[in-house]
Amino acid sequence: MPKVTIDGHTIEVPDGTTILQAARMIMDKGEGNGENIAPPTMCYYSKLKTSGGYCRTCIVKVSKGSEKDPRPMPKPVASCRTNVMDGMEVQNITSPELLEARKGVVEFLLINHPLDCPICDQAGECHLQDLGYEHGLAKTRYDFKRRTFNLIDIGPYIKLHMTRCIMCFRCIKVADQITNHRYQGMLFRGDASEISTYIEKAIDNDFSGNVIDVCPVGALTDRTFRFKSRVWFTKPMDAHRNCTKCSGKVALWLKDNEVLRVTSRKDKWGEAEEWICNECRFEKKDIKDWVIEGPRHIDRHSVISANHYESLAQLKLDIGKQQKQLNGKS
Amino acid sequence: MGRKLLIHNDKVPNIHTLEVYRQNGGYASVEKALKTMTPEAVVEEVKKSGLRGRGGAGFPTGMKWSFLAKPPGVERYLVCNADESEPGTFKDRYLMEKIPHALIEGMITSSYALGAKTSYIYIRGEYFYVARILETAIEEAYAAGLLGKNILGTDFSHDCYVQVGAGAYICGEETALLESLEGKRGNPRIKPPFPAIAGLYGCPTVVNNVETIAAVCPIINMGGDEYAKIGIGRSTGTKLISASGHINKPGTYEIELGIPVEEFIYSDEYCGGIINGRKLKAVVAGGSSVPVLPAELILKTDKGEPRLMTYESLSEGGFISGTMLGSGGFIVYDETTSIVKNLYTFARFYHHESCGQCSPCREGTGWMEKILHRIIEGHGKPSDIDLLWDIQRKIEGNTICPLGDAAAWPVASAIRHFRKEFEAYINHPEKIKDAMPII
Repeated sequence: MPKVTIDGHTIEVPDGTTILQAARMIMDKGEGNGENIAPPTMCYYSKLKTSGGYCRTCIVKVSKGSEKDPRPMPKPVASCRTNVMDGMEVQNITSPELLEARKGVVEFLLINHPLDCPICDQAGECHLQDLGYEHGLAKTRYDFKRRTFNLIDIGPYIKLHMTRCIMCFRCIKVADQITNHRYQGMLFRGDASEISTYIEKAIDNDFSGNVIDVCPVGALTDRTFRFKSRVWFTKPMDAHRNCTKCSGKVALWLKDNEVLRVTSRKDKWGEAEEWICNECRFEKKDIKDWVIEGPRHIDRHSVISANHYESLAQLKLDIGKQQKQLNGKS
Repeated sequence: MGRKLLIHNDKVPNIHTLEVYRQNGGYASVEKALKTMTPEAVVEEVKKSGLRGRGGAGFPTGMKWSFLAKPPGVERYLVCNADESEPGTFKDRYLMEKIPHALIEGMITSSYALGAKTSYIYIRGEYFYVARILETAIEEAYAAGLLGKNILGTDFSHDCYVQVGAGAYICGEETALLESLEGKRGNPRIKPPFPAIAGLYGCPTVVNNVETIAAVCPIINMGGDEYAKIGIGRSTGTKLISASGHINKPGTYEIELGIPVEEFIYSDEYCGGIINGRKLKAVVAGGSSVPVLPAELILKTDKGEPRLMTYESLSEGGFISGTMLGSGGFIVYDETTSIVKNLYTFARFYHHESCGQCSPCREGTGWMEKILHRIIEGHGKPSDIDLLWDIQRKIEGNTICPLGDAAAWPVASAIRHFRKEFEAYINHPEKIKDAMPII
């Protein structure tokens, strides 16, 4: 079992673990001294094979290659795609020049992004927003026209807004690995490249909706939810139903008793815990379809992180339970 | 006259035919290797020769070959990188066009050394007519028993194919080349794994430049030790240089590594001096990606020693005062050249050729092009120079493949050595707008 030290925290990990996974393990163990030493990720997704390596936000500095070959690596490496070697020493937030390089990557991701957060459904749970707050500049240095694309409907449920896309390739991997047929891909090249369902072919598949969950920005949005509400005005609830296609375990986003949106449950790294089917996601918008388990804690640091609804929702549930008990007694 | 090992026969009539090529000593290395040497011995000779990759990176070929994984029962491949797309480089085209059998011979000998039953020549789309020449040569070789089953009556069988690409610069990057060869979109792979472990179709693969493979023939013929005597230090043998720009005699030259840069530019044997007797302004020594150097630094190092045409001498001083031998695309600028306009041409090229996979290169190359365009149009801002510097610094080293570095280095070196010219463009656009671009 190789031992790796990331920003001064040493951990022993199984063979084949990447630097990023090791950093997340350190954070999961509650170490890190209150600092987040797990590199940010925009394209890596632990549930998707061959994801990662593209966005370059997770780059780290390897100051010691391994016990056998202690030479430092000459360039920053993508932590999501680099395996840990025994004795490796990695610098993430402790290296100023690395943070500077990451700042550059964030700037590159933002120069052609429309920054239309005020009208974007993803705002409030957007990974690019988080990344911008943490690593970005307050002002842009880019004063040219930004690239734009036309909106594309991918079937009746999904809207593709390429202008916002940061080319993380997660949706392509979903289409490749989770759905039966690959309809998505990349067209053109360089900064003209775009994600496309070739000749705008609708993705007709029970699990196609998961592309919305994996999208780190607002490039793929749920047409049944578009412009219904800001996410921070909705209340996430864990809920489930008996579904023949998927586990049926979802997060409902409620406004009063109205189900505005159904998504998969996301873990603390913003990744779906389980893929859910389109029927659960798009068609079960009645609260009676679901068994509510309770309020969902959102482990994220953007505007919905305050969980301001959480205590209130819990209170309501508790009152409900007490009332039921009282009713049962009388 | 320096020794020539690769293109010494290029003026012989009909040297592109197998008959004439064999009359001039062709395929001797195949005879020697297959009949008298073990594959390990061939690799050993190449190691001894000190041959370094001629495609640009200059990695020792023998070492690259010895890294090739050899799991039993798994196919191994040799792939020849004939996707010569570096601006300013045309040496491989010259070699393949004039003496196609030199490459085929190298392919057979190298494949024997590596134990590859199949090899591919991946050639860029723009060289379609060269692909035809190669295909004719391969047919001739099959007919003569030099390719196919039991070559020259030995146990070694080998097939060689030519694959034409669609003409993307990025497909010269070895993993993008392999993706393209497999029929996929030519995007560089994320390494590791390196091709020596998992390359073409997931099998161990060696990717070598055309000139590297062709150089294996003289190495086997004369012996690695003898080959290593040519050149200086770790730069052994001969190298093809594509000379272009403001010189009297542009063309492909074979040089012994180690001749002074000054001799290469001014002697009648090579470039023949600057055109119209003008003054030398700057040189891009190894294809558009390498740093541009002003006349005083290309002729002499910052220590005042004459700069030589070797991997080490050209890179002496790092990128502060040095450059790279690269692929040997030697572009000479005279005093009328506008470095800024020329840089814009390069920046436009890299922007156009970026594959779009990773963010720094996809976004940064376009941004640099736009700023440079603004500057040469006379709308530059004083802050643009520092901005350009900062962008290139944030692209370099942070990308998946070296295209990001290739796009950043010319910008960095132009600003480092010709900052005054940028300032002139920005402060007095009217005075300088007629400056002539070279390409």
